Amino acid sequence: MTGYNYTILIPIIPLVMFLVTGLLGMKWKPIVSGLLGTVGMGSSWLLSIITAASYFFGGHHAEGFQTIIPFEMTWLRFTESLVIKMGVLLDPISVMMLVVITTVSFMVHLYSIGYMHGEKGFQRFFAFLSLFTFSMLGLVIATNIFQMYIFWELVGVSSFLLIGFYYQKPSAVAASKKAFIVTRFADLGFLVGILILSFVTKTFDFAQLTQPGTTIFGSAASMSFLGISAMTWAMTLIFIGGAGKSAMFPLHIWLPDAMEGPTPVSALIHAATMVVAGVYLVARMFPVIHFQAPAAQEIVGYVGGFTSLFAAVIAITQYDIKRVLAFSTLSQLGYMMLSLGVSGYGGEEGLGYMASMFHLFTHAMFKALLFLGAGSIIHAVHSNYMYDMGGLRKYMPITHITFLIACLTIAGVPFLSGFFSKDEILVAALHHNKLLFAIEFIVAGLTAFYMFRLYFSVFWGKDRHYHHTPHESPLVMTIPLMFLAFASIFAGYLPFTELVTSDKVGFESEMNYMVAIPSILIGFLGIAVAWILYKKESDIPAKLAKSWGILYTATYNKFYFDEIYLFVTRKIIFNYISRPIAWFDRHIVDGFMVGIGTVTEKASYKIKGMQSGQLQHYAFAFVAGALALALFMIYYLM
Amino acid sequence: MIQGIPLEHFLVVSTIMFFIGVCGFIIRRNLITMLMAVELILNSVNINFVVFNRYLYPDQLQGQFFSLFIVGIAAAEASVAIALIINIYRKLKNIEVENVSELKF
Repeated sequence: MTGYNYTILIPIIPLVMFLVTGLLGMKWKPIVSGLLGTVGMGSSWLLSIITAASYFFGGHHAEGFQTIIPFEMTWLRFTESLVIKMGVLLDPISVMMLVVITTVSFMVHLYSIGYMHGEKGFQRFFAFLSLFTFSMLGLVIATNIFQMYIFWELVGVSSFLLIGFYYQKPSAVAASKKAFIVTRFADLGFLVGILILSFVTKTFDFAQLTQPGTTIFGSAASMSFLGISAMTWAMTLIFIGGAGKSAMFPLHIWLPDAMEGPTPVSALIHAATMVVAGVYLVARMFPVIHFQAPAAQEIVGYVGGFTSLFAAVIAITQYDIKRVLAFSTLSQLGYMMLSLGVSGYGGEEGLGYMASMFHLFTHAMFKALLFLGAGSIIHAVHSNYMYDMGGLRKYMPITHITFLIACLTIAGVPFLSGFFSKDEILVAALHHNKLLFAIEFIVAGLTAFYMFRLYFSVFWGKDRHYHHTPHESPLVMTIPLMFLAFASIFAGYLPFTELVTSDKVGFESEMNYMVAIPSILIGFLGIAVAWILYKKESDIPAKLAKSWGILYTATYNKFYFDEIYLFVTRKIIFNYISRPIAWFDRHIVDGFMVGIGTVTEKASYKIKGMQSGQLQHYAFAFVAGALALALFMIYYLM
Repeated sequence: MIQGIPLEHFLVVSTIMFFIGVCGFIIRRNLITMLMAVELILNSVNINFVVFNRYLYPDQLQGQFFSLFIVGIAAAEASVAIALIINIYRKLKNIEVENVSELKF
């Protein structure tokens, strides 16, 4: 199959835009960089749409979708068997991700022209956005796990750069460092996992790894370490990498802090695209993890379930509008992971896989919308805190309506996209694991509650004392909002069960009313509770908070996880591991080197008197030496 | 061969010349005398070249040519050395070798 050669342009265009705006941006007016980046991204978006249309709807796919590699080149050749390639791989999930990334990225570019207007470093911002988009696209189209790893790190770097965009602000610098260190720490697991996996299978290629009925795992069965098989180790370690990027518990601590970055960045990177890289990784390796390492798949499911509950509980108590959304993102990512964890392979069994990808798609749309809406609010009010907001519906009608649509979507109100994808996840969980189903069911209610708590306290209630009257954002910011609202409503009608499935063969699925009706009810219950508590300002929430006492305080402080991490690193690791190592380095290693220098210097002081400057002394020494050597040769060697 | 003078006689002469040269170089204080000592060393080597060429390979000429090269290079070396000595004299007003000892630690 050919005809997809143009797909290589999809990542190349943002790369070129990064280089052009990054190197030459300072020479132009800021707006030129913004327009260039946006136009480039728009063309990438169009190409992705064309790719998706011809891949999914061109020709019939009764036997399932083909995996197509339209472009591949050898990048590094170490030996005959150890070759690292770069290329483009098209299969249902990568094509879907291309659409997700370019759509959200294009919308964010457009939005940023308005949002970042007049900021210092406007060009830098667009250059980094392009760099990020390039890396993310390179990640999803990777043909082999090594290419994925390279782009995985690039994505981490661009995330670091963008979180720390306001580098004069100490909190932003700290947040960017935290995000980078935590994800980098998790990536160590990913790397070790890749090494184990490729040691066992002797290949990096996804096409070979995920082929059904492959024999490359033949040698894996006999290998084990600490009583756990090699493949379980490999897949668990790779999942740790994915958990770091997707901010799964207990590596979730970086994501809420990452909200220090500009809001469009939060929308693009920390809601819609980069954080789903971990989910995408697990989905990419799904046949391997499912057949070769079922224990690792269990871990994926439970970590996902726990994270979604944990984050939803914290989200209820937060006041920073972006942090609420960040914890909501965590919770939804937990959903996706859980769904992969409970999925089987092939046909109806693979419902969880399909549901996870489906939710990834719809979540990208409505969460990007929520963040961009939040950005619009922050732009108008100049504060991140919910207690500085209220009654905004009168001033910002478009933001209000689109934000409401996003809230309804995430709450799982029927016939919006979030309802369909969440429902599929619940069905998949019900079939495989009742405990996880129960958790998800509760989380569905919590989600509705905290989203509408946010919605009511921002758009309803009393007006606050604003510095100036809040105004609706310019058109360049509201158009992306409207587009994403449209996508949030209708994305649910895409026939995902026929397009994106675990074995690439479509299947029919029906609405399961036994799950759908209770989940709708609990969603409405959450909305109703939020209505009662927050629609009119009252002191009930404060009283409720007080009645929960210590539990409320613990939740408000995110269960003290940041403090625990700080305690472990500062008090234990720094004091008992780092300091002794530093001492060893300073006194033993450095001491040895300094010692060599000192001895040489002292010795040369002692012997420098031998250099008299008298030519005849040297000549005598030379002749005497030559004579001695001659005598030695004559009498001992002859 | 050369009127019945054996090889060893030439070698004894050249060895004596060589050691006189070495001793002169080490012992004499005057730079010009030292230069003359160096000439002695070079010429002792020249004798060796010529004699070995004559006695071992009488039908070839490499040794003799080599000694011609050495004579040429010795002339060049002498001119450079004398130029140096003149400069040292201008600076120090004598040409005693002990006084030329600044180049050290």
